[in-house]
Amino acid sequence: MSPVLAGVLQMLALIAALALAYRPLGDYMARVYSSDKHLRVEKWIYKGIGANPDTEMRWHAYLRAVLAFSAVGVLFLYLLQRLQGVLPGSLGFASIDPDQAFNTAASFVTNTNWQSYAGEQAMGHVVQTAGLAVQNFVSAAVGMAVAMALVRGFARSRTGELGNFWADLVRGTVRVLLPVAVVAAVVLVACGALQNFSGIHEVGQFMGGSQQWNGGAVASTEAIKELGTNGGGIFNANSAHPFENPTPFTNLFEIFLILVIPFSLTRTFGVLVGSVKQGYAILATMAVIWIGFVALMMWTEFAHRGPAPEIAGGAMEGKEVRFGVGASSLFAASTTLTSTGAVDSFHSSFTGLGGGITMLGMMLGEIAPGGVGSGLYGILIMAVIAVFIAGLMVGRTPEYLGKKIGTRQIKLAALYILVTPALVLGFTAVSMALPTPPHSILNTAAGSVDHSGAHGFSEILYAYTSGANNNGSAFAGLGADTPWFNTTIGLAMLLGRFLPMVFVLALAGSLAEQKPVPATAGTLRTEKPLFTGLLAGAILIITGLTYFPALALGPLAEGMAA
Amino acid sequence: MTNSLTNTARLLGAGLRALLVLTLVTGVLYPLVVTGVAQGLFHDKANGSEIRSDGKVVGSSRIGQAYDLPLKKGQKTPEPDLKWFQGRPRNGLGGNTANTRYHLLVSGATNRAADNAELVQWVKAAKAAVIKDNSVPGHPVRPSDVPADAVTSSGSGLDPDISRDYADLQVHRVAQKNGLPVSRVRKLVEEHTQGRTLGFIGEPRVNVLKLNIALKELLAKS
Repeated sequence: MSPVLAGVLQMLALIAALALAYRPLGDYMARVYSSDKHLRVEKWIYKGIGANPDTEMRWHAYLRAVLAFSAVGVLFLYLLQRLQGVLPGSLGFASIDPDQAFNTAASFVTNTNWQSYAGEQAMGHVVQTAGLAVQNFVSAAVGMAVAMALVRGFARSRTGELGNFWADLVRGTVRVLLPVAVVAAVVLVACGALQNFSGIHEVGQFMGGSQQWNGGAVASTEAIKELGTNGGGIFNANSAHPFENPTPFTNLFEIFLILVIPFSLTRTFGVLVGSVKQGYAILATMAVIWIGFVALMMWTEFAHRGPAPEIAGGAMEGKEVRFGVGASSLFAASTTLTSTGAVDSFHSSFTGLGGGITMLGMMLGEIAPGGVGSGLYGILIMAVIAVFIAGLMVGRTPEYLGKKIGTRQIKLAALYILVTPALVLGFTAVSMALPTPPHSILNTAAGSVDHSGAHGFSEILYAYTSGANNNGSAFAGLGADTPWFNTTIGLAMLLGRFLPMVFVLALAGSLAEQKPVPATAGTLRTEKPLFTGLLAGAILIITGLTYFPALALGPLAEGMAA
Repeated sequence: MTNSLTNTARLLGAGLRALLVLTLVTGVLYPLVVTGVAQGLFHDKANGSEIRSDGKVVGSSRIGQAYDLPLKKGQKTPEPDLKWFQGRPRNGLGGNTANTRYHLLVSGATNRAADNAELVQWVKAAKAAVIKDNSVPGHPVRPSDVPADAVTSSGSGLDPDISRDYADLQVHRVAQKNGLPVSRVRKLVEEHTQGRTLGFIGEPRVNVLKLNIALKELLAKS
């Protein structure tokens, strides 16, 4: 069997597995978020929090709870890292410096998992499991909670009430993420992932001498890291490390974990708004973009254009033999079209165009299928924009799911889609213009003295694209552990996560207050393939117009020269 | 004003309590339960898949190693011990810089771009070395015989595997250096080739450490 065919078959197997999970998981999540019963364990948790899970919240109350919970999360994680040196169970690792601790705290609370440290030499067991891995759960649950608030905004009428944040947070964690993560973690251990709380382990080597490796709760972290579209690895090499991702099967399984909740949430959405067909239209948009990106990635990586891969006879730099080019392409496209950022191969060494595809995937706003929760609300914002554009074409007030898209709604949607491009392009421009930040670039053009060059520019563009979109992957040659990058990428992550949430919840509140408009002959049928096409077109055109100049300077210039 | 301050304080308090309770569930109970199951059911795997040769632990079957000669005086980079099968280049691998009481291998890739001049040099040098090392009298290696994984560094720097092509390429050299018949060494490679899972997942591969352990056993017998 040719590697290309094997790659395509792996993609098809993945589609089949996701299709099997789609209805049961989507329906289950719909029940979880609309049930009025509480599990016993949940009642204990609510008692611990001191919150009544049945209190309905209007949008600003919901937002305040999201922000309060996240602010406490950042502070707690920051202190945990700053105190690592004196905490027990830290393998004797030192405390993390303030700028890096801020960056890492912002990173894990925002579901980004950008890492300016090398995991195996920086984070001990306590920070890793009781700090970072906890945010892998709860940041994902926050994303789902906000998505559910928006869905309720569409589903409810003549009320401003969007549900209860604490109930959504706890249910997402306890009923959705936790059970799947337990099963997934055991599967990963059974295939060879590490899972222990040992210290540094020393073993002999074949040629004599010895080697040391870290113990750690690797499998349990790996499971939720993929399932919650987080991406922060215990080891520096992330999911390329054999202890995180030991076999070709675990690789495909991890991609499945990355994609399963974001895709299935479109079913949840359909069920909750009372029309599963509306969910299928959104799913179809996500799926078309995802398949297109995977196909493009396989094409450019198998074609291996560029000086080094052409001499080597294949694009294997930064890729593992057990995965090969096909499965690595599949992982790379999936991790950047979601907010995951875990990697099983290193994007910086992909072909010029392949690196560009990873960036473009993030620049779409991570909506195909996107992060856990954030993918759904991201694409619903684009759906609002798409019906607005369609409304302009025919000259009537647009509506979506029985709600009028008026001035306030379109203003909020427009603000949402402006946030990340402003952060990405602004910070990239400033970093390139300042004298010192470009010194962090690894791949400078041959003979250049000013650190210029297409790939060098791409390293910085990638960093802010990844940060502001809460992805977390990197063109990892960039020496990002500097006060400048730790601080500005930290800010980009926080603003790129929480500003859009403000607009999403405000939009949800304004929609929930409306009374429904009955569908007429003039209503755009948003459950039809025509709308899927319109939505995909709107996403690609808006992203293209925003980012084309930046992409032309970086990956396109590199790819075209090859 | 005081009212909104108290409200904020109350909200932050609820947030902190929620975080602590959920930390207990997802940050303490969850990893402990998974560790318990893992240590009970998959003890060897959960602790690093250690592998033995002559009764001694010689590493993990999942972690790639170097098969080099000891450093000679004045040498900076060790030479490969051509008696043994060689793994992939590992230019991205680092040592620990933060907690230097340990001698950890810090996993990682080179992150060099496809048009990076240094990477081009590395690949060219690796290719020349592979051709030189593996060409034996009567069996010259041509540049087009060298597979990509033989001249590139992996993502982790710890890739335990090489492609079947790279293993085959080394057969003549290993046979000659050890005074073994080529057919015997080739058979060894065949026995240690793992195909794609279910016929289509991942890529066929040869685990270098397992192969070298088997080679050592073969040498001890003959």
